[in-house]
Amino acid sequence: MSSKTILIADDSATMRAMLVAIVDALGDYQIIEASSGFEALRLLPRDHVDLILTDINMPDINGLELISYLRTNPNYKDIPVFIISTEGSAKDIEKGKQLGADEYVVKPFSPVILQQLINRYLNKTSRHVS
Amino acid sequence: MSEQSATHTKAVQDFLAEAEEIVEQLGSELADLSDMAESGELVPDVLNSIFRGAHSLKGLAGMFSFSGVAELAHNMENLLDWLRLGKLNLTQQLMAVLFDAHELLSTLIRVLASGEDTNMAVEIAACVTKINACLAPPEKQSGASPLEALGLPAHIRGALTEYEEHRLKDNLAKGRIIFTIHTSFDLSTFDTELSVVTDLLKGCGEVISTLPSVGENLDTNIDFEILFGSKCTLDTLKTTVERDNVTVAQLGSSVAPEQPKVTTEPFAPETVKAIVDTGVPAVAVIAAPQTPAPTLTPTSDDAVLSAKSMSRTVRVDIGKLDELMNIVGELVLANSTIAGVTTKMRNEGFSHMAIELGKAAKGLERKLSDLQKGVMEIRMIPIGQLYEKMSRIVRKISREQGKRVDLKFFGADTELDKLIVEDISDPMMHIIRNAIDHGIEPGDVRTAQGKNEKGTIKISSYQKGNHVVIEIEDDGGGIDVEKVKNKALQKGLVSDITAVSDREAIDFIFLPGFSTNEVVSEVSGRGVGMDVVKNNISAICGMVDIETRKGEGSRFIITLPITLAIIKALIIRCSGRTYALPITSVLESLLMTDKDIKTVERKEIVQLRESTLPLLRLEHYFDIRRSDEPPKEFYVVVVGVAEKRLGIAVDDLISQQDIVIKPLGDSFKRFRGISGAADLGDQRTILVLDIGGIINETMRSGS
Repeated sequence: MSSKTILIADDSATMRAMLVAIVDALGDYQIIEASSGFEALRLLPRDHVDLILTDINMPDINGLELISYLRTNPNYKDIPVFIISTEGSAKDIEKGKQLGADEYVVKPFSPVILQQLINRYLNKTSRHVS
Repeated sequence: MSEQSATHTKAVQDFLAEAEEIVEQLGSELADLSDMAESGELVPDVLNSIFRGAHSLKGLAGMFSFSGVAELAHNMENLLDWLRLGKLNLTQQLMAVLFDAHELLSTLIRVLASGEDTNMAVEIAACVTKINACLAPPEKQSGASPLEALGLPAHIRGALTEYEEHRLKDNLAKGRIIFTIHTSFDLSTFDTELSVVTDLLKGCGEVISTLPSVGENLDTNIDFEILFGSKCTLDTLKTTVERDNVTVAQLGSSVAPEQPKVTTEPFAPETVKAIVDTGVPAVAVIAAPQTPAPTLTPTSDDAVLSAKSMSRTVRVDIGKLDELMNIVGELVLANSTIAGVTTKMRNEGFSHMAIELGKAAKGLERKLSDLQKGVMEIRMIPIGQLYEKMSRIVRKISREQGKRVDLKFFGADTELDKLIVEDISDPMMHIIRNAIDHGIEPGDVRTAQGKNEKGTIKISSYQKGNHVVIEIEDDGGGIDVEKVKNKALQKGLVSDITAVSDREAIDFIFLPGFSTNEVVSEVSGRGVGMDVVKNNISAICGMVDIETRKGEGSRFIITLPITLAIIKALIIRCSGRTYALPITSVLESLLMTDKDIKTVERKEIVQLRESTLPLLRLEHYFDIRRSDEPPKEFYVVVVGVAEKRLGIAVDDLISQQDIVIKPLGDSFKRFRGISGAADLGDQRTILVLDIGGIINETMRSGS
């Protein structure tokens, strides 16, 4: 089985490192890191991406704008997207869901729960419409 | 995980480094915000950036279970969110709460970094209460949303964050026209091309949101829809940004704003040209509309360049640089050993090989000095980084004291070793506090004296040879010498004041426990001030001098070495032993004979031009018994740290050389007069004298 690729978009280096460690612990996944929305947009066409973890608050474009783009682009519309952000921006989260984010993970979160979610989405052969 | 046990893991170190960065940036942005609050011109981007900082910090601290930081950051974020969404007005009182919260935040991070087990729950709770007191219940928003009338496309509205929606409303409320600007750029270069457009736009309005979207060529291009608020007319905007791949449309009714007076000016061709000139590759698209969009070549230089440009800096632990510097130092020494062997070989007749080896050693020496310079440059940071901190302090203290103070900076790009910059921060802060507390007079006193009501503090730094000089100058009342003398007399620091010159009297303020202000203020009146300043500066081989004029102000002049990693030292010999003296504290050396030495009150002194200088004999200081006859002619090395001068009698001056000072370890810590050891490169290790310590001890026993 070829390994699947996860793109992590977050402007905090520490947060990225933490997410990488959490994903690494699962073993067989490739990871692409993006430190901004723009970088995510630039990296997306280069590799096939199977799952995206994104923050909402980022410089240049924010997570919602990124999701909106992904969902309107036929190349990316089926990639599962998890929003990883702190509670508090309730309205933004609601919008994220409307835009088509698949999961919403609240910081601080338990690594195990994120790992379970990742496995649930990536061990399926095709994406299940929820 | 408990907060203490976690302090040393790598992840926590990363967190602390990032948290420190965020807090530092918050500080300078808060200062900007405070300026804006004063002038009434709020830039939304700054407020939003502060919000994002607090937001990130909260998220990070939460992940690491640093609940104190998370809680405080969360409450700050809350307050900032209300501010940026326009639910609160930015008042000076609110600004003060934000500054206090920021101060506490940076203390919390520092405590975490030091690994101390300090419980700050009380302080945090107090600060949170203060923050919450600022939050008034939000007013009910009445009427239909102005966004309805705008006819905003649903896909754009659907992706607006709450904040962006607020910015949109705010722009409408200010009577600006809302435009959508559609761009289509090549996937490999879109970020630079887009930033050219947004830079142009920011010159004449506010970019509210930037939504990526899918256009016709979704495999090669990426489109953006920029929501933009401005007072410009559609036509002006079109001439400014419109090209082949950039189109402008106006949203809502096309009623022109009252007077489009700001229109032409920002778009003077020079402005556009200036931006274009500074732009990077993609500028061609703007400058020459005819240029066809470059075809997609993912491996082209451009693509690689733009991908790399994301992060051009590396964060390195200063300890690693120290290690590197140590190795460089040792290499320099190893190289001089080789040079020594080469000379020996030549003397013993292996001339051909010796010459070859000599050439190689010379080449190595050159490269080594490049390497040394390179490593040194990595450690250097501009002193301007401190200036931001200083302006924060000045704002805070002048607010507390009710004095108005203007802070002026010069030479922000003067570079200094990172460690020295860190160590000089506290003394500088203290001098500035002192200047506001004791130097600058209250506003009414100043006006009565014909001075500007607003006081001025000028901080300037510049390089002078191998040193960096920092001057802190105020235009306050100056130091009252008579008052200082009386105080010294009162405190029993001197018995006879008539013999003390004005210059010497000013130096009294550096004595422990000295404070002339009658009212002890919160910040600098505890009498722990200036002696600590002096000691801290001496500890990094620096000197401090004061110039003061009554009624006109004072100037503190701090002289610092550029780096402590490798220093130049004077190697001397005394009673058959070899020592190194840091050259930064050596002022001059004189050849003397016994006849030049006089004895006054059983203390030896020498005459140096108009002044007398206490003389110290190293063999007495270290209690060494001389095995040889003392030479008839000897040298007196005049050393000075801060404002103190001392002559040290030595048998011979040997050389000047670069040395790397290594600490002696804890077991030798209590030995006075020694600051460390250094390797001379010929397998000899010598002791480095602690000039500051020696001077202090001699002066104390002398008075």
